[in-house]
Amino acid sequence: MDTLVQLLDATIRLSVPLLLACLAGLYSERSGIFDIGLEGKMLAGAFASAAAAAATGSAWIGLGAAIIISGMLALVHGFASITNRGNQIVSGVAVNFIAAGTTIILGQGWFQQGGRTPSLPPAARFGAIDLPGAEAMRDVPVLGPIYSDIISGHSLLVYFAFFMVPFTWWVLFRSRFGLRLRAVGENPAAVDTAGISVTWLRYRAVMITGVLTGFAGTYLALAMNAGFVKDMTAGRGFIALAALIFAKWKPVNAMFACLLFGFLDAFAIRYQGAEFPMIGRVPVQLMQALPYILTVILLAGFIGRAIPPKAGGVAYVKER
Amino acid sequence: MAQAAIELKGINKSFGAVRANRDIDIEIPQGTIHGIIGENGAGKSTLMSILYGFYQADSGEIFVKGQKASIHTPNDAIAAGIGMVHQHFMLVENFTVLENIILGAEGASLLNKGIAKARSELQRLEKEYGLEVDPDAVIEELPVGLQQRVEILKALYRGAEILILDEPTGVLTPAEADHLFRILRMLKDQGKTIVLITHKLREIMAVTDNVSVMRQGTIVATRKTASTTVEELAELMVGRRVLLQVEKGKAKPGDFKLSVKNLTVKDGRGVTMVDDVSFDVRAGEIVGIAGVAGNGQSELIEAIAGTRRAESGSVTMKGKPIDVTGTADPAELRKRGLAHVPEDRHHVGLVLPFEENENAILGYHDDPKFLNGAFLNIDAIRSDAREKIEKYDIRPADCRLRTANFSGGNQQKIVLAREMENDPGVLIVGQPTRGVDVGAIEFIHKQLIAMRDRGKAVLLVSVELDEIRSLSDRILVMFDGRVVGERGPDATEGELGLLMAGVEAQEAAE
Amino acid sequence: MATPYAKLPAWADYGLIPLINLVVAFLVAGLVVLLVGESPIQAATLLIKGAFGSGAGIGYTLYYATSFIFTGLAVAVAFHCGLFNIGGEGQAYVGGLGVALVCLGFDTVFPWWINFPLAIIGSAAIGAFWAMIPAYLQAKRGSHIVITTIMFNFIAASLMVYLLVGPLKPLNSMAPQTRTFAVDAHLPKLDWLLEMFGATIRSTPLNLSFILALVMAVAVWALIWRTKLGYEIRTMGFSPKAARYAGIGEARIIVITMMISGALAGMMALNPVMGDQHRLQLDFVTGAGFVGIAVALMGRSHPAGIVPAAILFGMLYQGGAEISFMMPNISRDMIVIIQGLVILFAGALENMFRPAMQAAFASFSPRSMGMGTAKREGA
Repeated sequence: MDTLVQLLDATIRLSVPLLLACLAGLYSERSGIFDIGLEGKMLAGAFASAAAAAATGSAWIGLGAAIIISGMLALVHGFASITNRGNQIVSGVAVNFIAAGTTIILGQGWFQQGGRTPSLPPAARFGAIDLPGAEAMRDVPVLGPIYSDIISGHSLLVYFAFFMVPFTWWVLFRSRFGLRLRAVGENPAAVDTAGISVTWLRYRAVMITGVLTGFAGTYLALAMNAGFVKDMTAGRGFIALAALIFAKWKPVNAMFACLLFGFLDAFAIRYQGAEFPMIGRVPVQLMQALPYILTVILLAGFIGRAIPPKAGGVAYVKER
Repeated sequence: MAQAAIELKGINKSFGAVRANRDIDIEIPQGTIHGIIGENGAGKSTLMSILYGFYQADSGEIFVKGQKASIHTPNDAIAAGIGMVHQHFMLVENFTVLENIILGAEGASLLNKGIAKARSELQRLEKEYGLEVDPDAVIEELPVGLQQRVEILKALYRGAEILILDEPTGVLTPAEADHLFRILRMLKDQGKTIVLITHKLREIMAVTDNVSVMRQGTIVATRKTASTTVEELAELMVGRRVLLQVEKGKAKPGDFKLSVKNLTVKDGRGVTMVDDVSFDVRAGEIVGIAGVAGNGQSELIEAIAGTRRAESGSVTMKGKPIDVTGTADPAELRKRGLAHVPEDRHHVGLVLPFEENENAILGYHDDPKFLNGAFLNIDAIRSDAREKIEKYDIRPADCRLRTANFSGGNQQKIVLAREMENDPGVLIVGQPTRGVDVGAIEFIHKQLIAMRDRGKAVLLVSVELDEIRSLSDRILVMFDGRVVGERGPDATEGELGLLMAGVEAQEAAE
Repeated sequence: MATPYAKLPAWADYGLIPLINLVVAFLVAGLVVLLVGESPIQAATLLIKGAFGSGAGIGYTLYYATSFIFTGLAVAVAFHCGLFNIGGEGQAYVGGLGVALVCLGFDTVFPWWINFPLAIIGSAAIGAFWAMIPAYLQAKRGSHIVITTIMFNFIAASLMVYLLVGPLKPLNSMAPQTRTFAVDAHLPKLDWLLEMFGATIRSTPLNLSFILALVMAVAVWALIWRTKLGYEIRTMGFSPKAARYAGIGEARIIVITMMISGALAGMMALNPVMGDQHRLQLDFVTGAGFVGIAVALMGRSHPAGIVPAAILFGMLYQGGAEISFMMPNISRDMIVIIQGLVILFAGALENMFRPAMQAAFASFSPRSMGMGTAKREGA
């Protein structure tokens, strides 16, 4: 029971950065702008938050810095793919490298700790929050551990991430902005003839992506860890992308996909080298590769079809 | 009734060197159905796109209900009470009807009120005009007729008083089209003004009050529909152009070279584009297929040439079948002597970034004379290209120049040289002189006649009626995917124009 | 991929535009240097000195360039077919497996000159296989090749970790790597080549695979511009419709092109594994697969552009090491920034400078741009 609780608790912690990045990508891709630069924006956000928090001692200023920096990279991507109608994939790749290189150089230059930022004191981090009644609930059978150990005791950003799931759903399917966002990713000409600016709509989507990747990066540096370590995203941006495809670009599905991938991660960490009845020893690397393998199988259409937004990846050019 | 709903004064619009609209003056009275008819490229759609704010006119003024209007974006047009039903529907296919209707007219930043309002408004419109449609249906699951109804509802929901329909019946069955016309009449009775853009004379006669004829970017005539005839309109539409004189002797048709039987072809959306078409082309004759673009000619020749799968039917060439519904392969057909000058030379017939000599072997790059094993025989390719440049007078005479840098006429000569010089038995030619300068047109026409006189079977598709008339030994007219008539080379323009506008076909069908 | 046909003279297209892109990239990178409080000018001086100031420097520069030539060619071949192979990193990684299997199996059996061609085949075959799966899935099942090749990079990484901490690791060793190959599976160094040019050097990792890389550059040029297959690849890359018209099978060309691309990426493994480290280590690719993207974009997918672009990045790599020695604040990761900026400016923002350039050229030489003819056609 205890191990299960710990496993689920770890699952939540590990799936949060995926979830934030995945929801970030959802806004951009729903608007028709593919973004494989989630990884880079998240990484830059992580660094910015850690650097700002180290300098000011405030987690909130860290978060603000992360949002600004990730947002700027998102604007670069928007400028290349919306204004200049450049190749969205190439632009995303560029963002990833710029972020990877800059965070290391600046980290080393500013803090002289081999690309790390200084270890942050609790005040400069987003610490665990105990939900009301968590202590009192602890001894209640079954529900107690679930509430006290799995649901309670996470940082604010965790609750924010899970709050963003219904919120994104609500924005997407209940607001004017969401309606237009979904429309522009499917048929920008329909949006244009309805008298709505395709460019401005897509820029807003890309900026939301920047903000949310900033949150994702902040979570990595200020909640999950106590500072920035070089390359700390470690491919999470790509797993988030895989989760987004897996979720067929739907927010609630995205949450489950991220929880699944987070669970695989937690499981792999916990049961490294352990023997299982019937199966024997499952190499931990197989567990780590599973999200990617599942995504490939999904993309190949073997488990349902993942149909991306129809206008995705294509710059909008008014027809002559 | 006297007031004009729309008045356009002196509208001009150019795209590069092409003058799409020239000094257009037009007045559309309130509460009428006004038809605008013309051939492809006459400038109808451009004019309406200007009215809808999609393009900006270079000069000219627009008045809506007597007020000068400045329409720079679709928003301005919508605000002025103008709605448009586009030829290609501007609908989001995985949205519901309601979502499509409120897109851009949501009312508030949350959808619930807008949706509720749209739902009741739809019920009202349904009652008022009989425009019935399930508001919660997803667009892609609706038949095209209903999708179009959603487009109309979209415009009405935005309070459109003036409704522009661009080629609305192109995707409709005759029954759906008749239903549409009933709706249009009803809208007119409610005081709406309707502008109907079409190339089909029958529709003009059936539903409009007035009609303006466009030709080459200008309005050549405006008539009261009641006091004109299809013959007059057809003539106005195609004009009395000077027939390009092509010297040719009498055809000496030989054996059947190409036989098409009951060929049916569908497009990607499953719409039947070629409907049970049969004909033969003999050696030593040119068979021309006339028709307004989009009536199935493109799909027909693509299916014969193996670049598009046919749904059913059969094609034989020189007595042997071509597997048009299965494995027909352009490379294989070329080896059997079928040459194909495609309609779209920019994207299909040529690779524009290639050097001229590289394009001169496109599709024939398998020919051993251009190869040394797996390698290209560059010397052979270039000397062959130079020969063709010489023979077809392609300018500039530089086989290393990028193809994009040649003029339209010379690009077309590159394609023709490639396809003709391989001594094919059958030549399929699509739009041989589209975007080609006058000098090259004459040359190309002579080459086609020469092919015929050498005993080749030539199948010619063109939307240029005079080209069809001056080159063909027999003329087939396609309308709505079917061959609706066959005429000799002496058929008059009016006669062909009527067939192209589907007049006789409809009469025969009814 | 790139603008299909630019109306610029060739020297501007292949010389001036990449140069402008590079200058802008360096200016932005210089800003980063300023941000960490160092002098960009001094850094640039150190960079050049480090890369070319000594025989050893040149040796290292060319050693790194070797890897980048392979991966740059790999990306370029796919570009010509209109495909973005972002999986060079993974293909090179598993290519190392091909090298290692040959070396481990035959290092005491055959002399190096037999092991070398075997290792070439091994690395190319496994690299090609790793690219073939995404290609097949794209051609037959419509999965997006960019996403699948990214996924395959990660799968390759997991696979190699599994092999290197498990089956391939000698029993008595803790390090995640194979045993060291015997001398007959070491590639000859090319120190003599540098000495021929008067450089005196200690020892550099520059080895025979540099020559192989140059041979492959020529081979790729011949493939793309001189063979029937290359003709078909380019036709497909510029216009899939024209390819269908010409009877070129889409699926076949996609799979073959990606296999060639993967084979080239796989061969990159020869350089570090057989030429320098003499064993298969974790993460020996160190981003070279990704550098290939920048190299291919900068070299405009032409081997004559790719080789100098690869040498430039080799120089950044080597010079970067030198800078970090003198300026502890600046590490070799500087190259990653420059790489990203080059990809941004030469790739995603290629439409930004070009119109301005075209306008500038048109203003004084309309003829050379083919404007006269383009106009006549009238849009």
